[in-house]
Amino acid sequence: MLEVRNLHAAIDGNEILRGINLTVKKGEVHAIMGPNGSGKSTLAKVIAGHPDYEVTAGEVIFEGRNLLEMAPDERAREGVFMAFQYPIEVPGVSNAQFLRLAYNEKQKHLGLEELDPLEFKDLLKERAKVVEMEASFMTRSVNEGFSGGEKKRNEILQMAVLQPKLAVLDETDSGLDIDALRVVAGGVNQLQSPENAVIVVTHYQRLLNYIVPDFVHVLANGLIAREGGKELALELEEKGYDWIKAEMQSNGTGAPAN
Amino acid sequence: MVTELAKPQNKYEEAFRALKHRKPTVAWVELVRESAMDRFESLGFPTVADEEWKYTNLAQVAKEQFLPTDRESKLGAADVARFTFAETTASNVVLLNGIFNAELSNTTALDKVVVLDLFDAIADARYNKLVRSYLARNSNYHDKGLTALNTAFLESGVFVLIPKDVELDAPLQITYIADANQPGAASFPRVLVVSEENSSAKLVENFVSIGSSAYFTNAVVEVVVKHGARLVHSRLQNESANAFHVATTSAELGRGSSYNSTAINLGGKLARHDISVVMDHEGAECWVDGLYVVGENQHSDTHSVIDHQQPYCNSHQLYKGIMDGNGRAVFNGKVLVREGAQKTDALQTNKNLLLSPQARVDTKPQLEIYADDVKCAHGAAVGQLDQDELFYLQARGINPELAKSLLTYGFAEEVIEKIGIESIRAQLDKVVMNQLHTRLETQS
Repeated sequence: MLEVRNLHAAIDGNEILRGINLTVKKGEVHAIMGPNGSGKSTLAKVIAGHPDYEVTAGEVIFEGRNLLEMAPDERAREGVFMAFQYPIEVPGVSNAQFLRLAYNEKQKHLGLEELDPLEFKDLLKERAKVVEMEASFMTRSVNEGFSGGEKKRNEILQMAVLQPKLAVLDETDSGLDIDALRVVAGGVNQLQSPENAVIVVTHYQRLLNYIVPDFVHVLANGLIAREGGKELALELEEKGYDWIKAEMQSNGTGAPAN
Repeated sequence: MVTELAKPQNKYEEAFRALKHRKPTVAWVELVRESAMDRFESLGFPTVADEEWKYTNLAQVAKEQFLPTDRESKLGAADVARFTFAETTASNVVLLNGIFNAELSNTTALDKVVVLDLFDAIADARYNKLVRSYLARNSNYHDKGLTALNTAFLESGVFVLIPKDVELDAPLQITYIADANQPGAASFPRVLVVSEENSSAKLVENFVSIGSSAYFTNAVVEVVVKHGARLVHSRLQNESANAFHVATTSAELGRGSSYNSTAINLGGKLARHDISVVMDHEGAECWVDGLYVVGENQHSDTHSVIDHQQPYCNSHQLYKGIMDGNGRAVFNGKVLVREGAQKTDALQTNKNLLLSPQARVDTKPQLEIYADDVKCAHGAAVGQLDQDELFYLQARGINPELAKSLLTYGFAEEVIEKIGIESIRAQLDKVVMNQLHTRLETQS
């Protein structure tokens, strides 16, 4: 489904990703872990197409197509979804309006039927169960005045409505209490199927207790430093990230010391 | 140069003489009209040399010599229906080219209040005194050329009296229709609204047009909110793209009264709205909010003056502007806190969104404070759409153009939602959305 090959990306001229290789197949759950500044969020944003990041080398192939040539909105309509670490507030636009618009844009793109507000309301009601969201959230402006947990749940609701092929969760666990974490993770698990794939970007192992990854990739200094199964996450939880950094320094792949 | 300037004034002079002949009135009104004409002759139209008109140039209006039209109306009820709202179908007063039109009006839901042609009210012994004490009191024509011109051409208008303790359920709408099928027409609508003690009402003004010629609207609306009364005032300016629109709203607030104004400015080639609120009794409160949206070849100017004359009065202002294409807007907000107006709480906010590199806004908040125990704050901001917000919408599959309109609409919504009348709000939502869409599409 997704092939990342030798991906290099920079922001304001500073190279953050220095040659990432990653293969994600249908039905898989991948965890991208790493210390702060390792480039894991950058990887998520580059996949989603954030305009601040410049891809300087490498390629990203999604379902056989060059993802990097697509505008962010086209990527989304093609089935790439990123749950934001800091979801944006959109005042004046109700959650229901916004979701219907996004849903219909995708339907239109795929040549499928668009839904009128009433039909959409039914669909929304069904999908909202996934994240245990109350009806009152639908009439409120997108994320406006939402708590941190509510914003993250709203991200998963969007995912539930849009049903992406590839979901990238960018530090969705940050700032969540244990109850919200459970709801968010439960939502993601319900949406998982043999037809789609999930990339969970996280600093901590905590979320991975609930969303169990098939593969764990550890980033450091813009490179994948380690790869393994879910047990790698547990090892990191125990030992921290320092040993990986030290390992990279010793084999010469680390960034020069400042 | 001298002859050139004298020419248009001669034309107004001629029209003025014709009006006196056509619509004679009682002695005191005759005197008001004549003094106003005198003042207009010496003041003329404001020019950019006038500090208050620095960014808004009326030269074209002065040159075109728009005159009141005496053409008979061919409009029927069906032409008017689209300008009313679900809540105002039976409480709508129509001014056609500034002239009260009883046939096009429907006042069946207004039995608790007095709504008359201003000239009929003047001729009516019950209201004559009231009109005399309030007409031209807050909108003075002595130093403002446009108000003088409007006052000189007084021949009709609307008089609204909301009697003591009356709570008006249906919003009262005044629809100003400019019939622009005939080129060069001017209308000088005049409205006097008196909300008596402890009354409560909603007033909606809707400025619209039929036809596509250039025309000139010069409206003066005077509002008196007496002790303990409440008035919610929504003003929609949706004139045609060929319109020159200038208007003055002057309100005076009684003790413990409240006045809540929301002015939505969408139309016009050139539009100017002056709103002033005089708080000369204790404990009054006002909200003076507005939205201006300009696109290609549009100019919109708002000047507000909040005059705190007495202690314990609060004023809140939120004006937002959206400028697209080569559109240009001006906001000048003045808050005056006079000596002795202690415990004043005054807040003014002006936020502007520029959607194109050619668009421009000039914003100037002015605070003049002569009392020492007051709370006053003001802020003005000019910005562009937030890139992170745009990316967020794009990341949900929404194309950049639509994302821009959504965010812009969201920006406007904070003001639109202040309008407490559901169907107006819904229509405005649509109008603003459409306007933004069309613009954004033509731009790309």
